[in-house]
Amino acid sequence: MMTLKVNGIDHQIDADPDTPLLYVLRDDIKLNAAKFGCGLGQCGSCTVIVDGRAVLSCVTPLLLLEGKQVTTLEGLGTLEAPAPIQRAFMEEQAAQCGYCIAGMMMRAQALLQRNPKPTDEQIRSELEPHLCRCGTHMRILRAVHRASRLMDTADASSASQRSAP
Amino acid sequence: MRKSRIIGSVIAALLIAGGVAAFAIGWRPAIAAIDPPAPQSFDAALVKRGRELAAIGNCNDCHTVRGGKNFAGGLPVPTPFGTIFSSNITPDAETGIGRWPEAAFRRAMRSGVDRDGQHLYPTFPYDHFTNVTDEDDQALYAYLMTRQPVHAPARANQLSFPLDQRFVVAGWKLLFLRRGTYQPDSAQSAEWNRGAYLVEGLAHCGSCHTPRNALGAERATAQFAGGDVDNWHAYAINAQSLAPVPWDADALFAYLRDGWHPDHGVARGPMAEVVSNLSSVPPGDIRAIATYMAGVFGAPTPDRKRQGEAVLAQVRSPSAQAPKGDAAGAAIYAAACATCHETGRTLPYGGVNLALSTAIAGPDPRNVANIVMSGVRPVEGERSPIMPGFAGSMNDGQVAALLNYLRARFSNQPAWTDVEKTVEDARRTQIVFLQTSPGPHNAPADPTQRDKP
Repeated sequence: MMTLKVNGIDHQIDADPDTPLLYVLRDDIKLNAAKFGCGLGQCGSCTVIVDGRAVLSCVTPLLLLEGKQVTTLEGLGTLEAPAPIQRAFMEEQAAQCGYCIAGMMMRAQALLQRNPKPTDEQIRSELEPHLCRCGTHMRILRAVHRASRLMDTADASSASQRSAP
Repeated sequence: MRKSRIIGSVIAALLIAGGVAAFAIGWRPAIAAIDPPAPQSFDAALVKRGRELAAIGNCNDCHTVRGGKNFAGGLPVPTPFGTIFSSNITPDAETGIGRWPEAAFRRAMRSGVDRDGQHLYPTFPYDHFTNVTDEDDQALYAYLMTRQPVHAPARANQLSFPLDQRFVVAGWKLLFLRRGTYQPDSAQSAEWNRGAYLVEGLAHCGSCHTPRNALGAERATAQFAGGDVDNWHAYAINAQSLAPVPWDADALFAYLRDGWHPDHGVARGPMAEVVSNLSSVPPGDIRAIATYMAGVFGAPTPDRKRQGEAVLAQVRSPSAQAPKGDAAGAAIYAAACATCHETGRTLPYGGVNLALSTAIAGPDPRNVANIVMSGVRPVEGERSPIMPGFAGSMNDGQVAALLNYLRARFSNQPAWTDVEKTVEDARRTQIVFLQTSPGPHNAPADPTQRDKP
């Protein structure tokens, strides 16, 4: 039995220490934003944030997460109150089939937390581990820039927008 | 009073005499500048030959910074003596070699002196280039003089006194620079001699693979016995090689040409740039290098050969093995590594079985630490092997546990020492490395893909 902190909540997990985090998130905690793509750390669709850094959850065994904070897309915002990164992706219509997008958003989020004003080149280089077969790359690029602007204005979260008159 | 004056004048006389001697040894005349020659003035076939030679010489690797213009220099090269920045070798008239006549280029290659007569630091491996023929220097010159000129002033080296004085290099050359063109060995084949000429000369393999002495010169008595480059270990590529499966000419040819070999793995780190360049070189030259180096490795002892066969047999049809090493490392390996490295997917897209890895058998864990941290980045726009980096998901203690496990499980060598320290260093230096390296340090998997737009 191990305690895993996901999106601020402690979960008691009964799994082998070498179980990949992705399986625990999807099967045990029922958080399905992180996707199983290749299972080999080669496509990026399983990306979550661990202690502020983007991590491929399919190749991250549970035992590496002792005492760490895991954030999934569900931890950033909700349907009613999407986070800036989620709003930006919606406003740019950056998803087509959407399978890769949760992972893309998580790595973009980690990038923006570290570097609030990334250049085009920095975004491209950062998102290099992520594959998208639909080809919305240009929209994804725009969405990350838009998220950067949204985060810049302190009250840009949709929650505060909704409360505005 | 008088005594001290005598001592004073003796010292002054010695200083002057020393100065004159140093001047005589160290002084080189400037070679008159020319107007930059028009690119059209060079023969196209010569330029093409120069391109191939520049690829063998791996020139772009040091003379280009990541994301920067080709051959514009500025790459910081850390040495035990300080940081030296590579120079601009584009034909820019002000900041490059645009005003250098061919004689000045040849002199730089042969004796490490620039057009102004200044000594160049031996990070520029003229100790090898000294044997390059006039014809090859001519082709290299034609190639470089027809590149895009880039205005990029040299960056100041970070060296302390007296090493920041270039005449000091003249003393180094007296000790270590052996001039002379390559003398063929008539007892060997033409191919072997071609390989020797390239390996000892332009390809300057020993610059990384030969250990250096306290003054930074390659140790002649330990040629190819393994050296250091950036924060990587360049393996021993002579009889002391620790490769689990002994290298032969065919394996070397395939590895140098394609960037990977099923019995050895994928080139990465600084070697990736080398094989990436070699992919555009005529196969005959690669074959020659492989033939010569196979001789340097030497035929494996019956013992080594048997061990190599045993490792291959175990990899091809694994039998259950008693668990070795600590449980935490084993669990990390099982979840993070084995899915690629032990499922039998073929190279280069599957990971090499680590029982075949020279990195695991190597003398220190630097290379494994670097790769676990940073992974293998894809080559832009090409099919290529990749590996995710684990710097974000593993702390230093966890990487160390993994490394210790890999060593215990996949090699029959004694445990590494100072693994924690190595991991710490790898985490720190990889950040710097990724910022300064000239491109994704990786080998394209399929050479036929490389020339496509």
